[in-house]
Amino acid sequence: MNKELRVDFIACDGAGVCAELLPELLSRDEWGYPVVTEAAVPGRLRGHARKAVALCPKLALHLDL
Amino acid sequence: MITMSTTRDRLLALTAGADAARHAGLAGPLPLRGAVRPGRLGPLAQVVAASGLRGRGGGWFPLIRKMEAVAAGAGSRPPVVVVNGMEGEPLSEKDTYLLNCAPHLVMDGATLAAEALGARRIVLAVTGDTYRPLVGGTRPGLRSLLQALARDRTAYGVDPVEITVLEGPDRYLSGQETALANWINGGPPVPTTARPFRKGVDGRATLVGNVETFAHLALIARRGPEWYRAVGTPDAPGTTLLTVSGAVGHPGVLEVPLGTPVRDVLTAAGVLTEPSAVLLGGYGGAWMSGRTATGLTLDPESIAAAGGALGPGIVHVLPQGAHGLVRTAEIARWMENQGARQCGPCQFGLRAVADDLDSVIRGDAVAGDRLRRRLALLPRRGGCAHPDGVARLVASALEVFA
Repeated sequence: MNKELRVDFIACDGAGVCAELLPELLSRDEWGYPVVTEAAVPGRLRGHARKAVALCPKLALHLDL
Repeated sequence: MITMSTTRDRLLALTAGADAARHAGLAGPLPLRGAVRPGRLGPLAQVVAASGLRGRGGGWFPLIRKMEAVAAGAGSRPPVVVVNGMEGEPLSEKDTYLLNCAPHLVMDGATLAAEALGARRIVLAVTGDTYRPLVGGTRPGLRSLLQALARDRTAYGVDPVEITVLEGPDRYLSGQETALANWINGGPPVPTTARPFRKGVDGRATLVGNVETFAHLALIARRGPEWYRAVGTPDAPGTTLLTVSGAVGHPGVLEVPLGTPVRDVLTAAGVLTEPSAVLLGGYGGAWMSGRTATGLTLDPESIAAAGGALGPGIVHVLPQGAHGLVRTAEIARWMENQGARQCGPCQFGLRAVADDLDSVIRGDAVAGDRLRRRLALLPRRGGCAHPDGVARLVASALEVFA
């Protein structure tokens, strides 16, 4: 089952950790907030995605089923 | 106040005002059947499902799906019903109008929904001091008038649960359903991630519905789903209230069957020649050229297929000779200032978009491309749909006016 990235934009303050750890799936807009370019997380990136979720300083990144 | 009453009126045929006896005479008795245990759905749910009633706050979400979600989220704790009359959209006056001319019908619907969900608390939230030019100025006494009606209804045994009437802050986002629940809970009126059907008012599963939706429910409960479906479209049955404003002969609130040609609505409002442009859906809707708009029917599917949104039933005609981009820039700036400023795309994106639109109007050749790029970065990137609405409105303005 593929998991999907979801950003809680109310919590997010644009620290940019997620885009640094997952450049394949996330970029940043001109103000630093994440742009999800590909929400579905392929198996090979699942570990990176979990790490990005865990390291977000605002706990604003989620992996949904 | 001008309304265009026709024989097809349903809600607007029942305008008894505050007079409870007159309302009962027009509408008939409230068909209560006994409250269910929390977590269950009463027999009204089958009627709602068969009717296809959809929410009139702008989302057009099927009411039965919300009711099912609330019943599922309630567990053993009685849920809460919130009647949303905040009407933060400046071009909408239909909810305030309905609360003034048919308050009992709205309260009937709230009580019926509460019974069907086993709810023990009903909140009706209004913004009483908002200026409503079409309805007739300000209504500073609306909250106290409605609370007096609610008290009487409970005293006379109409409502098993007394409706609490609250007067909320006059902000565009106050009526966004998570913002409304947050405000009723004592917080600021800004969107949250808490889903009301799971955890809304008092931490309980909460049904939040628009004023007009409850009024339709009150008639469906009495007259049945077949009656309701006799007009409207298969996907959007029944009638709906519209607020018609701008360059029209007769601005005001009117009721039409869903699927009515936009052309007929404009004619009824005294628009005699094809307008240059029409704003459908309000500040989060979209401009259409007069030609495009008059080829559409007034139902959510028809307008969405044309790239717009019916929203809470708004039809606004741009005056001949008015500058559509300038009008849109004013709206975009207002929407920026009304944002909750919680999310980056709203806090920074809306300002940038409003600035870019000003630059486009001044003739800045580079700003147009930058604006289009930025507009693509607003949708689905906020805690609510506020940036999505601005993006749709501004993009439509570029298409119609630039």
